[in-house]
Amino acid sequence: MKLSPATFRALAKGDKAADRVVPPTGFTARLTLFVAAAMAFLAVFALALSLAAGRLAASWGDELARASTVRISAPEGQMAAQTAAALRLLEQTTGVASARALSEAEQQALLEPWFGPDLPVASLPVPQLIEVIETEQGYDPAGLRLRLQAEVPGAVLDDHARWRKPLVAAAARLNLLGWVSALLIAATVGAMVTLAANAALAANAQVIAVLRLVGATDIYIARAFVRRFTLRALTGAAAGTALGIVAVLLMPAGSETAGFLTGLGFRDWHWLIPLLVPPLAAAVAFIATAVAARRVLGGLS
Amino acid sequence: MIELENVAYSYGGGELLSDLSLQLGAGSFHFLTGPSGAGKTTLLKLCYGALRPTSGQVRLFGSDVTHMDRDAIALSRRRVGVVHQDCQFLDHLPVAENVALPLAVAGQAVPGQDENLRELLAWVGLTGRAMALPPELSGGERQRAALARAVIMSPEVVLADEPTGNVDWEMSQRLLTLLVELNRMGKTILIATHDLQLIRAAKAQVQARVLRISNRRLQTAGADL
Repeated sequence: MKLSPATFRALAKGDKAADRVVPPTGFTARLTLFVAAAMAFLAVFALALSLAAGRLAASWGDELARASTVRISAPEGQMAAQTAAALRLLEQTTGVASARALSEAEQQALLEPWFGPDLPVASLPVPQLIEVIETEQGYDPAGLRLRLQAEVPGAVLDDHARWRKPLVAAAARLNLLGWVSALLIAATVGAMVTLAANAALAANAQVIAVLRLVGATDIYIARAFVRRFTLRALTGAAAGTALGIVAVLLMPAGSETAGFLTGLGFRDWHWLIPLLVPPLAAAVAFIATAVAARRVLGGLS
Repeated sequence: MIELENVAYSYGGGELLSDLSLQLGAGSFHFLTGPSGAGKTTLLKLCYGALRPTSGQVRLFGSDVTHMDRDAIALSRRRVGVVHQDCQFLDHLPVAENVALPLAVAGQAVPGQDENLRELLAWVGLTGRAMALPPELSGGERQRAALARAVIMSPEVVLADEPTGNVDWEMSQRLLTLLVELNRMGKTILIATHDLQLIRAAKAQVQARVLRISNRRLQTAGADL
């Protein structure tokens, strides 16, 4: 059985007589449907996880990489002078696109989640933060650190690399794991359909012998089984995918203020990806049944 | 039609058949006889390509079986009608559909076939049982249904393995009459049987040759019957 357009046309059109030659099997049919649905449901989640992890890795990699912070801890009287000196120094540094001291209100907003809204920031020895945005080329952190040390003794440069790198690596690994899960799910569907098809072929040995006796070619016999399992996998996977998409839609959305925690879901054209699950499941079932049928039929006289 | 030339066949142990030659010409009527286990069924299987000879040559309609692939064998089955000793059917389909199965399998099912099918079922006396399922049939009815299925494609050769094995004398007479009628229509017939009475009855109606398998070889018998 080849994957030719004619085969697909024949599959889609169906042959009522050919469908009837294999006796209906209620229980295994329902099991195949169920497994296909369950696997499609899981596949939708694996894809959602993978895509969300990919988005995380991308956003942490791109957006955070270009920002760093200079923190100035100085006695109250010197704070303004040191901040101005640091800003001046940063503006002269190549690779720094802009540097801006955070206002008191902004600093308060940053601390609010930890200390509550009524914190009198002004009366506390809170360090001054300077937000540094890099150009695409970036700056040399070691050189900048040395110069800051020399000119602004209270300044500490934090380029975020320390905590950003493991997070990006973790997100990238999560992304990979998601795709590996999707592949494993596809392989499981293939294995399950192969087992079910082998069982069906064995259970219908008499049907195959009769068909062979009256002159049926292997393609005719195989098609009766292949069509059945392909349609089952397609139907089951469609149901499972629909349920999976509904479940993803019902997930609580990651709020914008949650910052780097992107919502577990699909964005924009990514919604098209889960729609590929049913046809892929059908293709896997088609190939698995065709291979199983060819092996079993080839062993007969 | 079917030619066997110096054919030998073994199931792994010693040879069951050896150095066996046979020609089934168009319109001939042959009986194949011999004790149980002598290899009658094996010889029939060699004749329709279900088994391949361990040595020698089998030609179906001029092509060497050893060079035919599975599909070629399947296509040759459409020109050979086979009636087995234990006829097997698709048990979930009614008799009429089972009889028409070769047409469906060959992609030759046409809307106008119903009339032919009815005639064929009437010819084997199964008109009233057309909608019955095969497990509901008696032994004789199964044999006649198998015969109808074997001839619906209008094959050139009909091979029957003990077609009267599990039916009574009257029924075996009816089956024989059907096979003789087919022979008069020009079909080549080969019947394996150990029922000598049946062979005698047939000789009264048709010019039949009797072949006997003994000591792994094929002998022409006949004068003694």
